[in-house]
Amino acid sequence: MNDLLQAFGQALRLLTSLDASLLEIIALSLRVSLTAVGLAALFGLPLGAAIALFRFPGRRTAVVLLNAMMGLPPVVVGLVIYLLLSRSGPLGVLGLLFTPTAMIVAQFVLVLPIVAALTRQSMEDLWHEYEEQLRSLGSTPARAIPTLLWDGRFTLLTAILAGFGRASAEVGAVMIVGGNIDHVTRMMTTAIALETSKGDLPLALGLGFVLLTLTIAVNGAAELVRRWSKGWTG
Amino acid sequence: MLKRFMTAAAGLLLATGLAAGAHAADKFITVASTTSTQNSGLFEHMLPAFTKKTGIAVHVVAVGTGQAIKLAEKCDADVLFVHHKPSELKFVAAGYGGPRHDVMYNDFVVVGPKSDPAGIKGMKDVAAAMAEIASKKQPFVSRGDNSGTNKKELELWKDAKVDTKAASGTWYRESGSGMGATLNTAAGMNGYTLTDRGTWLSFKNRGDLQILVEGDKRLFNQYGIMLVSEKHCPSVKAELGQSFVDWVISKDGQKNIADYKLGGEQLFFPNAGKTGS
Repeated sequence: MNDLLQAFGQALRLLTSLDASLLEIIALSLRVSLTAVGLAALFGLPLGAAIALFRFPGRRTAVVLLNAMMGLPPVVVGLVIYLLLSRSGPLGVLGLLFTPTAMIVAQFVLVLPIVAALTRQSMEDLWHEYEEQLRSLGSTPARAIPTLLWDGRFTLLTAILAGFGRASAEVGAVMIVGGNIDHVTRMMTTAIALETSKGDLPLALGLGFVLLTLTIAVNGAAELVRRWSKGWTG
Repeated sequence: MLKRFMTAAAGLLLATGLAAGAHAADKFITVASTTSTQNSGLFEHMLPAFTKKTGIAVHVVAVGTGQAIKLAEKCDADVLFVHHKPSELKFVAAGYGGPRHDVMYNDFVVVGPKSDPAGIKGMKDVAAAMAEIASKKQPFVSRGDNSGTNKKELELWKDAKVDTKAASGTWYRESGSGMGATLNTAAGMNGYTLTDRGTWLSFKNRGDLQILVEGDKRLFNQYGIMLVSEKHCPSVKAELGQSFVDWVISKDGQKNIADYKLGGEQLFFPNAGKTGS
C-alpha cells in the first residue's frame, strides 16, 4: 500500500515537473503508437470491409485466421521483425533495426489484425442490414464500402482505439526491435521495464500511472472527435 | 465527409511519419552490452564525455552477454562490450571481431536473506557456500538466460558439484530474465542469487537481501571490449567504433570509469592494457 502511494506521488511529481527526458519518452511513445495505429487503420479498415463484403474461396478460413491474429504474441512479432531487419537478414540493408521506424512496423503488424477483424464484423452486420436497400439503389459491394465505413464510423473508432490500446501497452515487440536505447528508442513501456529491473519500483509504477493518463487522454480526445462529428452531421 | 476524414487522417500520418525520420542523420554507433553496465548507471556517466569529445553518439542496446554476442554476430552492433571472457575469446576466434581488450573488473557476490537459512554468511569458499545452499534446498534464483552472470554461476555450481538441471523448478529457480528482474524475484521469495556488485549497489528493491559471500577469487568479473569485424560485417562503422574502443581503454576513458561512484563506492576498476589473452 505504501509503495502504491509512493508511486502515485511519483507520478504526480513526474507529471507536474514535465521533466525533459520524460517528455521525450512520452513524445516518442505517442509518435510510434499513433503512427502504427494510423497506418493500421488506413489498411485495416478497407481490408476488413473487403473481407466482409466480397465472396471469395477460402473466405471463412481468412476470417478465422484474421480473428486469430488478434492474438499475435508481441514477443514473436518482435522476433520475426528483428530477423527481417537485422543486418544479416533480408531487409538489413535498410538499416532500420533499433530505430523508431522498426517499432512502428512491429506495432503496425500487431494492430492491423485487430482493426481489420473488428471492422470485418461490423461491416458484415451493416451489410446484412442494408444489402437489399443498397442493391436496389444499384450499389455493388465495392461501391457500398465507403458508405458502410462512414455509417459504421463510431464502431470503427472503437476498433481503432482497441488497436491503440494494444500498441501503447505492449513492450515485448518494441523492446526487441527498438533496443530500448536512451534518447532514441526508449518508450513508456520499455522505460517501465527498465526501472523495474533497476528495482526502482515507485518510479516504474509512477511511469505506469503517467502512461495510463496518456491513454485516457487519447481516448478522451477520440470521444471529443466523436461528439463533434455527431453534432456536425446532425 | 469520408473524404474529409481520410484527408485529415492522411495528414496526421504524414506529420508523425516525417517527425519520425528527423533523428536519423546523426553520427552514431551501436554498442551491444550487458544489463549490468546499463543498470548500474555506468553508461549514463561515461557516454556524455565521449560524445562531447568526438561528436559520436553511442546507442547502447543492453541485454545479457549471450544475447549481446548474438547481436554482434548478426552484425547488428558495431562494438561488443560484455563480461564473459571465454565466450568473448570464442567470438574473436570465430572471426566475428576483435582484438579483444580488457576494460575493467569488479566482482560477483552471493546475496541472500538476512536470516540466512543456509548459513553461508562470511564463507570464503564460494563453491562450498553454494553446495550448502543446495544441500539445505534453500531457494536460489538463477538468471537462466545465458548471460555472463549466468555462465559464471553455472561454472560455480560445477565447482560445487551440484546438478542444477535436476533441481530446476524445486529449490533452484531459473527466472530467465535480466539481473534486476532476477534480484526482484530473489527479494520476493527471500532466496539466494549471484549478482555482479555494480547492479547490486545500484539496485533499490533489496527487501531483506544482503551480501553474504564475497572475496573468493573465482568471483572475479572481467569486462572486455572489441570491435565487430568489418570483414564479417561490411555494415560495421569500423572507424567510429574503433574510436570508441580506443577511448574506453585510453587513460581518459579509464579515469572516467574509475570516477564513477555510487554512494561513495567505486563500482568498476579499470584494468585495460592487456590485449587478447
